[in-house]
Amino acid sequence: MNDSLLVVVIASGVAYGTPLLYAALGELLAERSGVLNLGVEGMMLVGAVMGFWTVQRLHAGAGLSLAAAVGVAAVAGAAMAAIHAFLVITLRASQIVSGLALTIFAGAAGLSSYLGNDLKLADNPARHQFGAVFPADARHWPVAGPILFGQNALVYASWACVVAVWLYLSRTRPGLNVRAVGESPASADAMGIDVTRYRYAHTLAGGAFAGVAGATVTLAITPQWVDGITGGAGWIAIALVIFAFWRPELCLVGAYFFGALQALAPQLQARGIQLGPTVLWTNSLPYVMTVVVLVAVSASGARRRLGAPAALGVPYVREER
Amino acid sequence: MRIERRLERPRWLLAAVPAGSLVFAFFASGVVLAATGHDAPDAYRQIFDAAFVDRGALGQTLVSATPLAFTGLAAAAAFRMRLFNIGAEGQLFVGAIAAAAAGLYLGGHGWPQALVIAAMVAAGCAGGAAWALVPGVLRAFFKTNEIISSLMLNYVAAYLLTYLIFNTESYWRETEGFNASVFPTGKELPDRALWPAATIHAQGGIALPLGAGLALLAAAVLWLLYSRTRFGFEAQVLGDSPRAARYAGMRTRRKILAVMGISGALAGLGGASQDGDFRHTLDADPNGLQKQYYGYTGIVVAALGRYNPFAVLVVAFLIGGLQNAGTTLQGADFPSGLVGVMQGIILFSALGGELLVRYRVRVARRARAEPAAAAEGGA
Repeated sequence: MNDSLLVVVIASGVAYGTPLLYAALGELLAERSGVLNLGVEGMMLVGAVMGFWTVQRLHAGAGLSLAAAVGVAAVAGAAMAAIHAFLVITLRASQIVSGLALTIFAGAAGLSSYLGNDLKLADNPARHQFGAVFPADARHWPVAGPILFGQNALVYASWACVVAVWLYLSRTRPGLNVRAVGESPASADAMGIDVTRYRYAHTLAGGAFAGVAGATVTLAITPQWVDGITGGAGWIAIALVIFAFWRPELCLVGAYFFGALQALAPQLQARGIQLGPTVLWTNSLPYVMTVVVLVAVSASGARRRLGAPAALGVPYVREER
Repeated sequence: MRIERRLERPRWLLAAVPAGSLVFAFFASGVVLAATGHDAPDAYRQIFDAAFVDRGALGQTLVSATPLAFTGLAAAAAFRMRLFNIGAEGQLFVGAIAAAAAGLYLGGHGWPQALVIAAMVAAGCAGGAAWALVPGVLRAFFKTNEIISSLMLNYVAAYLLTYLIFNTESYWRETEGFNASVFPTGKELPDRALWPAATIHAQGGIALPLGAGLALLAAAVLWLLYSRTRFGFEAQVLGDSPRAARYAGMRTRRKILAVMGISGALAGLGGASQDGDFRHTLDADPNGLQKQYYGYTGIVVAALGRYNPFAVLVVAFLIGGLQNAGTTLQGADFPSGLVGVMQGIILFSALGGELLVRYRVRVARRARAEPAAAAEGGA
């Protein structure tokens, strides 16, 4: 029963969806403060390469190396986000172009590839990787076993992050302030909230999450380094924030849906199931579905009511209100 | 120190800021090089020689610059109207697929070369435009974010390209001969479908590909369209102020579709030129066309050229040189990815420099004493 296509696709969908979830949570934090960061793909790749580098070079036990790797990946992602934050918050550059620039700078043909090459990381398997946390007995329970108990530590940590982000935004004072900064920076400023500081902090936090998302790819899903290993996951994460109406709990659902779509291709191919040009449509499915869902959400015409921060993408200049 | 909005933008700044950004970018890239243990001045000398000076360098630079001119123009055409079409990568692939089909079929059926080439150009434009119209239609009728939808289609186009050569016995795939059974490749285009090139007698012969000429022509047409026609004017108004445009009764949807179509056609033409000028087959090799990232680099080219078609050509040539040097020098001293890093830094600097175009930085105390000599445009 645990080998049935549905269970396997859902179980690996949770695993594949985890980087999407981390990246989407980070992007959500940045967007809630009013900063659109299209550089997620680039930040993920730099996090991925730096996390992988830490595991390869740090001579320590598995647990310590992996924890350090996640930390390094978060710092690397935040450092990338800092460039974007400086350009769009301090220098008031176009958020769209700056985000694209960040993806080009850090992305598959940029810094991540440079680092991977210069640190000679390609073509080696990871020395340590995140494995299943629970003992094998639990993993063999029908249905719930592989889906709930067969996952690695990063999956469980991501659930904690969803709860934490949800609590932070809806139940704390700083969370309320972030939402105010994203909805109406001028009013927030009048209330004495430091708009610039909040935007910097949340853009950096978004970068840190994206870095961890990247490390999830290179340390848990495909434990190796190749250029452009995230394969557009960063962009899907940006779309996810829109589908999730800027709410963390819906990010979880969306991430696993797209994770399952990604898991479908290798499963169908491995089982020899042929439906027309299978290789083509199964590989393209996550990307096509992203567009389809995006159309469904935007066509409903209620984007604003559904939670887009009103000041998203608009630089705040105190003198120019 | 205060930052205030400029009421007038001096013309010299429009050229000085990109130039200053380039200088700053080379300095910042030098820091990256030094930080990773490379000799920056030496690396720059090598880049310059490999891009423009060495024997055959200019010819190779043109090979890299031609597709960048097309994708740069494609991005410029759309970004001018604030339509962020970042799908030039996929549109170029689909253009290449369509043009290769036209070239293989008509060339194989003995049509005269001029007609085959014209058909390839038309097919490339049509393929690219069709692929761009998907996000265009979605944006025009459903207000779907074109950034994400056009980007997602890049991946689909790449899978389609790979599929046609690797996973199916398609019309484009070579199925006969020994090599075809070892590694899947595309069919060679017939001689009639190869694009001619003019030769300049310098550096041991520089081939000026037909695609470069077409890019020049396209830039001229685009410039006329945006600066001399009502269409171009309306497109820019729509970009700068959609509300004003609607009050003035401009047709938003039609313009979105037209601009996305033009943008896609330009990228698709770049794909056709890849087939006819350079690769002479439909190249689906994972380390070939798909590793060049022409579509994404086109965004850098367009932004650095400030979306001006002629400036885009100049920038395409310079960035093409950088790209060419990156390929030539690739190795231990010169890791791949360095070129992308430099392009990113150049783009960041140009973006930051934009602040100096739109705002003036005043040092408050001095400004009060002698307002005319306020620190303007420095850095």
